[in-house]
Formats: sequence, C-alpha cells, structure tokens
Amino acid sequence: MNWLLGHFDTLRESLLRLAQQPFATLLNILVIGIAMSLPAGFYIGLNNVQTFSRQLSSDPQISLFMTMDASAADVAGVEQRLRDHAEVDRFEFVSRDRALERLKRSAGLADVLSDLGRNPLPDAFVLTARNNDPATLESLRAEAGRWAKVEHVQLDAEWARRLDAALGVGRLLVSLLGALLAMALVAITFNTIRLQILTRRDEIEVSKLIGATNPFIRRPFLYLGTLQGLAGGIAAWLIVTVAGMALNLQLTELATLYGTSFALETLSSRDSSILLGLAAAMGWLGSWLSVSRHLWQIEPG
Amino acid sequence: MAVSQMISVSHVSKRYAGGYQALQDVTFAVESGEMVFITGHSGAGKSTLLKLIAAIEMPTSGSVIINGQNISAMKPGAIPFLRRNFGLMFQDHKLLFDRSVYENVALPLAITGFPRREIAKRVRAALDKVGLLGREKSRPITLSGGEQQRLCIARAIVNRPAILLADEPTGNLDTAYAEEIIGMFEAFNQVGVTVVIATHDESMIERLGPRILHLDHGRLGP
Repeated sequence: MNWLLGHFDTLRESLLRLAQQPFATLLNILVIGIAMSLPAGFYIGLNNVQTFSRQLSSDPQISLFMTMDASAADVAGVEQRLRDHAEVDRFEFVSRDRALERLKRSAGLADVLSDLGRNPLPDAFVLTARNNDPATLESLRAEAGRWAKVEHVQLDAEWARRLDAALGVGRLLVSLLGALLAMALVAITFNTIRLQILTRRDEIEVSKLIGATNPFIRRPFLYLGTLQGLAGGIAAWLIVTVAGMALNLQLTELATLYGTSFALETLSSRDSSILLGLAAAMGWLGSWLSVSRHLWQIEPG
Repeated sequence: MAVSQMISVSHVSKRYAGGYQALQDVTFAVESGEMVFITGHSGAGKSTLLKLIAAIEMPTSGSVIINGQNISAMKPGAIPFLRRNFGLMFQDHKLLFDRSVYENVALPLAITGFPRREIAKRVRAALDKVGLLGREKSRPITLSGGEQQRLCIARAIVNRPAILLADEPTGNLDTAYAEEIIGMFEAFNQVGVTVVIATHDESMIERLGPRILHLDHGRLGP
C-alpha cells in the first residue's frame, strides 16, 4: 500500500514538475507530437489508398471492347470463343446500351452524355480469368486482342496492382520513418532527462547519502520521461485527427462535386492505443537510458 | 560485549587514487549509546573516517563493521538500507536550497517510504526539537548559519537513527551557537543514540570530558 502511495506521489510530483516549466514542457511535447504525427499521418494516408485500391483490384477483370462496326454475329463469335476458352472463368456481355445506362448512373456524367446525342460506347465483354497471375492475364489479353472485330483488350486491375506494389514501398518508407522518429523521441527524452538530472544533482547526491536506493532515485525521472512521451503521443494523435477531420471536410465537398461520396479513415482505436503506448514506451526508454547513463556518475564520496 | 559494539573499525587504511594516504592502521570500537569525538588537525583524516563508517567510501584494507555488518562485504544494493541507520551531518551541510525547510527534513522519510501524514508528524517533531518549527516554509538560504546547522540536525535525526555522525558541526559558529549545538547532541546521546562527532575545535569539548579519538596524519594517537 505504501509502495503504491509512493508511486502515486511520484506521479503527482512529476506532473507538478512538468507544470513548473510550462514553456519547456510544451515545446518538448510539441516536438515529440510533430515527430510522431508524421509517420502516423503517412500511415493513415497509406491505409486509405490501400482500402481504395483493394476495392478496385480485388477481382482483376479484363475488359474486351468490340469495334464500333461489329455486328451481332461478330459479337456471338467472340462470345463462343470465350465460352470455349480454358482460361476464362466467367464473362459478362455488356451491350452498348447497357454500358451507357451504367455510365449515366454512376459518375455524375449524365448531363454530358445526354448532350452527346449518340452512344459513343462499343459492345464489350467483362471477363474473369481462372487464374489471376499476371502472366496468364497478359497472355489472355494478347490472344483476345487478335480476334476479329476486337478493338481493344484491357487489364482493368493493372494500375491497381502497380499501385499496390507502390504501396508496399510506401509502407516500408513509413516503417523506416517511424523507426527513425522513434529514435529521435528517445534522443529528445534522453536529453530532457539529462538536463533534469543535472539540475537535481544535489538532491540526487544527498538522497544517495541518506539511504535512497537506485530505483527510488530513478523513479521520478522514469515517470517524467514516460509522461512526456505520452503527452507527445496525445499531441500527435490530436494533430493527425484534427488534420484528418479538416481534410475530410474538403474531400467531402470535392466528392459531392463529382457526384460520389468519400470519407477518409482516421486512426482506429487500436491504432490510437498503439500510437500512445509506443510514445510512452519510447519516453520511458529514453529516460531509462539517460538515468542509467548519468546516475552512476553522481556517486557521493 | 560484541553485541553492544555499534561501530568496530579494525586495522583500517585508506589510500586514495593518486597515492594520498588518508588513514593508516586505525583500530577502535564505539559501544552502543556512546558519544565519541574525533579530533585532529585539518587533513588528519577525520572526514575520511566518518565516510568509511557511513559506507560512503570503502577501506583500502581492514574492516569496518556497523552493528555486526561488514561494509566491505555488503552488496551495493544493501548499502542504502545500512545508511538509513545513520543520521548524517555534513561539513558542507548539503541542504537543498531549492526546497523548503520542511521538504529538506522530509527527504529521509520520503526515501524510507513513510506515508505522508506520518512524515508531517515526524518533520514537525524534529523541527520543534531544533527550534525551527515556525520556519517550515522558509528556504534554507534565508536562515542564519546557526539555523542552517540546526536544520541539518533536524534532517539527521528525523528518521530516529541509531547512530549520529557529524562532521565539524560547530564549524563556523560562534561559541554560544556551538554550545547550543553540542547540547543537542548530548540530549540525543542521553536517549540512547550513538554519537560520533568530528571536530578540530577541541576547546569546545573540554567541558564535557568525553572519549576522544585523536587523529594525527591518518594515525590514531594517544
């Protein structure tokens, strides 16, 4: 019980100590907050792009467009070939009229299309391959492109796959950035605690002389570092969340103008707790390193 | 007889890095409840001897045994707990000038882990004993030399130590103040505290006729 009260007292004392130097404390918290908000922000950005690209590339499809002058017989011929093809899993015929209907419904282009007078779209097939590896898709695309009255064959998912690969690089960069800035956080805390130890040198020396154990001396500094890290984490969370909300406001407006709806994901509660936990842990680590490095130098005698 | 021996120093030498020989083959014992003065010129090794007794430094050879525990054989982790048996008064006071009088006296109790209410009670009692009860909230810098010395005493006795070690407690004080301080030590000794005082001021103690250990260039004299 006394032990617990001791910790509570230390916590109280550490908060007071932070409050005694409001300017320095705020600056430290801000630096940590900004440093942590960078990887956190990029992480959210990547998550959003990833969600977006997943929606598009979940089912890689091939679009096959007939020439504008293709007759019903030509279309039936291609349909027959598709039905017989070993690599084609299923396919759907999209007539020019249906394609036009769909287009009018989806992207807010109704006005433009109705002004156009005639249907600019060709007949098309949307097909799914049995096997989604890039080589199969590519050979299917090439083969279908040589069929009579086939204007163009397109791998819909290709750009999404490239994007996905680019996202992989992005994730790696975010991890690297995160690791670097975590180290910066450790360094910032190390230095803050070093200064604290220097200003409280007399107190540490006297405490040692009158029977303070090393854990007792270490404790307030560990609390201080951890609290500062945690406060920095909260600052980072606020920066990311407020920025996300502001961005969302703008994006909603933009999406409305394009006739669709779109909302950015922000930090989930799981990501938030990881962010705060990590910030506190890095603060603890920095202060622990600092205390271990500097305390033995203050030996009375 | 060994049970009542509070401090036992036998064949202790202390040589500092650089070759300075502070103490040489010093042997003596202090009984529990005894009051002993260590005298000698400055540089005779009085402070070194007190530091060895308080386990602040370790002897180069020989043994220092406090209440049955050999300080050279102790684990570093156990030394803080040994030190809590001591009330220490340092030559340079070592008061914390950024803390109040109250907080200075409360420090040893906070270190031991007393609950806050108990700390308040004991700090007031200690301040009362040295006549500083009204100055709790003052900063030590606003106290006079004599008052600072009394603050040091309050901090040294607040955890009710078995042994009081004082290094030049009457250092820069005029006679009246010094008498007062020595009187306090006598009072603590009368309630059973073992007291060891290092001083170069022998005139101060003639009146008391106490046991005197005289150091001369690191050796115990007659």
